[in-house]
Amino acid sequence: MRDVAIVSYAQTQFVRSERDQNEVEMLMPVIKEAVDNSGIPKQEIGFTCSGSTDYLSGQSFAFVMAVDAVGAWPPINESHVEMDGAWALYEAWIKIQCGEADSAMVFSFGRSSMGETAETLTLQLDPYTLAPLNADAISLAALQARAGLDAGKWTERDMAEVAARCRAQAKSNPDAQVTGDFDVDKLLTDPYLVSPLRKHDCPPVSDGAAVMIIAAEGAAHKATNKPVWIRSLEHRLDSHQPGGRDLTTSPSTKLAGKAAGVHKTAVDFAELHTPFSHQEIIVREALGLGKDTLVNPSGGPLAANPLMVAGLARLGESARRIWGGHGSRAIAHATSGPCLQQNLVCVLEGE
Amino acid sequence: MAEHAAVIGIGQTDFDAKRVDVSQVGLIREAAQRALEDAQLSWSDIDAVVIGKAPDLFEGVMMPELFLAEALGCVGKPMLRVHTAGSVGGSTAIVAASLVQSGIHKRVLTVAYEKQSESNAMWALSIKLPFSQTLVAGAGGFFAPLIRGYMQRSGAPDDTGIRVALKDRLNALKNPVAHLKLPDVDFDMIANSPMLWDPVRYLETCPSSDGACALVIGNKESAAQERSAPPAWIHATQMKTEPTMFAKRDQVMPQAGLDCSAELYKKAGITDPRKEIDCAEIYVPFSWFEPMWMENLHFAPIGEGWRMTYEGATALDGDLPVNMSGGVLSTNAIGASGMVRFAEAAMQVRGQAGEHQVDGARKAVGHAYGGGSQYFSMWIVGDQPL
Amino acid sequence: MNQASQEQTALSAPHILEYDYRRSLGPVLSRFFTGLRAGKIHGIKTQSGRVLVPPAEYDPETGEATTDEFVEVGPGGVVETWAWVESPRASHPLSQPFAFALIKLDGADTALLHAVDAGEASQMETGMRVTPRWAEESQGSIKDLSHFVPEAEGNADAPHPPAEATTDIVTPVHVEYTYSPGKAASRYLHGLKEGKIVGQASDSSGLVYVPPRGACPRDGVPTSREVEVSSKGTVVTLTIVRVPSENIKVELPYCTANILLDGADQSFTGLLQECNLDEVRIGMRVEAVWRDPSEWDYSSENIKHFRPIDEPDVPFEEIKEYC
Repeated sequence: MRDVAIVSYAQTQFVRSERDQNEVEMLMPVIKEAVDNSGIPKQEIGFTCSGSTDYLSGQSFAFVMAVDAVGAWPPINESHVEMDGAWALYEAWIKIQCGEADSAMVFSFGRSSMGETAETLTLQLDPYTLAPLNADAISLAALQARAGLDAGKWTERDMAEVAARCRAQAKSNPDAQVTGDFDVDKLLTDPYLVSPLRKHDCPPVSDGAAVMIIAAEGAAHKATNKPVWIRSLEHRLDSHQPGGRDLTTSPSTKLAGKAAGVHKTAVDFAELHTPFSHQEIIVREALGLGKDTLVNPSGGPLAANPLMVAGLARLGESARRIWGGHGSRAIAHATSGPCLQQNLVCVLEGE
Repeated sequence: MAEHAAVIGIGQTDFDAKRVDVSQVGLIREAAQRALEDAQLSWSDIDAVVIGKAPDLFEGVMMPELFLAEALGCVGKPMLRVHTAGSVGGSTAIVAASLVQSGIHKRVLTVAYEKQSESNAMWALSIKLPFSQTLVAGAGGFFAPLIRGYMQRSGAPDDTGIRVALKDRLNALKNPVAHLKLPDVDFDMIANSPMLWDPVRYLETCPSSDGACALVIGNKESAAQERSAPPAWIHATQMKTEPTMFAKRDQVMPQAGLDCSAELYKKAGITDPRKEIDCAEIYVPFSWFEPMWMENLHFAPIGEGWRMTYEGATALDGDLPVNMSGGVLSTNAIGASGMVRFAEAAMQVRGQAGEHQVDGARKAVGHAYGGGSQYFSMWIVGDQPL
Repeated sequence: MNQASQEQTALSAPHILEYDYRRSLGPVLSRFFTGLRAGKIHGIKTQSGRVLVPPAEYDPETGEATTDEFVEVGPGGVVETWAWVESPRASHPLSQPFAFALIKLDGADTALLHAVDAGEASQMETGMRVTPRWAEESQGSIKDLSHFVPEAEGNADAPHPPAEATTDIVTPVHVEYTYSPGKAASRYLHGLKEGKIVGQASDSSGLVYVPPRGACPRDGVPTSREVEVSSKGTVVTLTIVRVPSENIKVELPYCTANILLDGADQSFTGLLQECNLDEVRIGMRVEAVWRDPSEWDYSSENIKHFRPIDEPDVPFEEIKEYC
């Protein structure tokens, strides 16, 4: 295995609605920032991979247009996954492992605000027996939350505490969208949105883009004196049918975490892609993170949740925190699909 | 650094305009099970799954791999979904190969599919957005002007496209899974078929198909197992992209394709592709793209690709047979089409191609392209490890 | 007509994506949906003996094919978990407040997702028993099972069995968007609204894009400088379309040409009319024909079409690199 490091990362500010700029216009400045900060000339970046989904913008081939932002001339070695950018990173990491490239650019983008996210995501469900019922993303998460409440795994107060803590932590993140100090007792008096979820248990709708540059050992050291090493990168999948699995656990996170060696040494913090408050509790358990582990110092998806970007942003925010000197070892996690169906786990380490 | 990887199992569905006998699940399982049987493996032998298909709007499911993965035995395993426009079937196979070449996995199942009959591809490819006018009539409306540009540049005889179509349609008669089979096809039938997007005639155009293709890719140890057909060793893979439109872009002879094939040959140690490659299965959705891609793949000098067609070099008994399966002109489940090309190349070097087998094929090219002739994916497979 | 906000530079307008997808079911789901029409819910046995509801062709735990043994389950079952939807969306299965629930039907080993009509949230409880209500008219979908109600309300009579098996379902997809084309495109559209074709020059190379899309794709830089270009141009290549297309309302046959406007460095697709289709050719000189100014909007449709003009053809060598 080759040692691969994150050498730079840039993201847009995450906002409720980016109406002025299209995807290409959002991406151009962040690509430039990430490339400029990487120490690797753009023409030397060996591979490019993006993650996005056509249904956010309501047209086929949204990712094809995004290539305009890269400046793909002369032609580049490039690929695209119809997945969160975290899996684009996985494909790029594999390319480097094959020796086909020494560095790679990974990016993802999403303007969820163009549609109605909860409705759009119903199109992600089994088209025969689930999608026609239009069980939106919030309702599905609510089924999961209730299952855990009934099982005594968490309480509504536990959930509100996660939400309040994440948004308080987000105050120091200039790119976050929902930040501030919230009183848990007061949050618990709010009406339910979809019971047992209240508004604070749910992520905001966010638009944004993120760009990461990674490089293999030699290239990474040449480019920067602050590489953040990807010590392990693993992902696994659970069944899609919500009625066919125990929603209060995340076996795929557990498997990925075990393969990634998350238990081997302590970490300073974790960035978890848990859009709903109770999901942080599930993923913490799956990764064996105790109450004393700092989770989502960036605020996490409860503070900003740009679809297709939020997973990659967990790795990026982790790297930024390590660069900022606030820790040297972290776990970053990304998810995809209803009720935490697919999960990726990464162990990151500064020098 | 990269480990050896080989195609050790190949499965294709029967292709048809409407596979109304199966669900999307049934379609991909038909291909996957055939690939597993060919590889003499079971679901539990597979370490990871890579799924590919073209735009989600074709089936109206956002990221359908999420509901399909468990039908491929993927619970508890890694799954990736690739989408690189029309080249996706090829790119998907390349990503699957890289999971083995990197040493991460021993055996990877990859499946690419399209069930186009669930909607209408012309609709999904020409969505009208506000503020704009939709004038490009599907893929044919986009590519026909490029073909006209090629004709003007090369001075190729007007009937070159008809000759390509006739060759591919005759080849399709030898392929048991091909979709469109015209037993009585001859030159006149194609020449007299209606003009759809001038200069592209109806029978010079690909059909719209339902179908799937699956490959099992294994490492050296997995390839050592005794099977009914030997492994197809992956000598080199390459993907290349350029933007859809930019000032002074050469859309007829795109640089991305020229670069992609040049780098592919270099990796595979090939210096004279016309001589060293025994056959090629390439993405030709409209007949004229055969001569265009012969040049783009460096099999012929620029402006002279049509001579290969004209002189019979690309026929099944020519010196560089092209599209032995009948090609995209005979079968086009868009998301699967690239992988079908890659699979045919592998079948040839495994000696598995039955009536459309090229005698003594030892090195074969699989090629796919997509978008506005801007996404390319290619591989070279051989009967021996490189 | 596009509803565009005039105050801002960046435009936006509604965009609806809709299509009625027709999905063939295959043998297992066909049995399930045929059963629903007759008020029966079928599961299927896996090789390990578990009963999957809804039935699948495979065992999700292993990928192995399921057996061919269908099992009638329910009709009653137990709520395993539920979510109370106080304000249903238009797309939801019920218009009054209801619960989404995972329901383990009697005899099943997995739970079915569906809606429960219990009146109010206080009537819902995990572990409660529910029973189906059937749609009055079959749509041939999961909605033939309309919803569940608390079992205390009594079992419903099953609807009449169908004459034929259900082999496919229609699933309408309707998604609404507010589409915004971005800053660069909006600037271009503002020009069109005034009857001008204002291209944009690349910040790096100065090459002029018409229409601009946000970036000079060669270098990934913005196209900041506005350059008004001519309404006249040259056909660099073309096709004559003789096949209908769902989204294009032009009488067949018609000619679309890749047109390079004088002053631009990139061609775009335009409709070529007012000429004999036998005479259209590469190198032909053309001009834009605008709609009446009263009809001008933020749209490329302000240009009705292009037509030939009486100027000598441009030699192919001069336009070759734009084709």
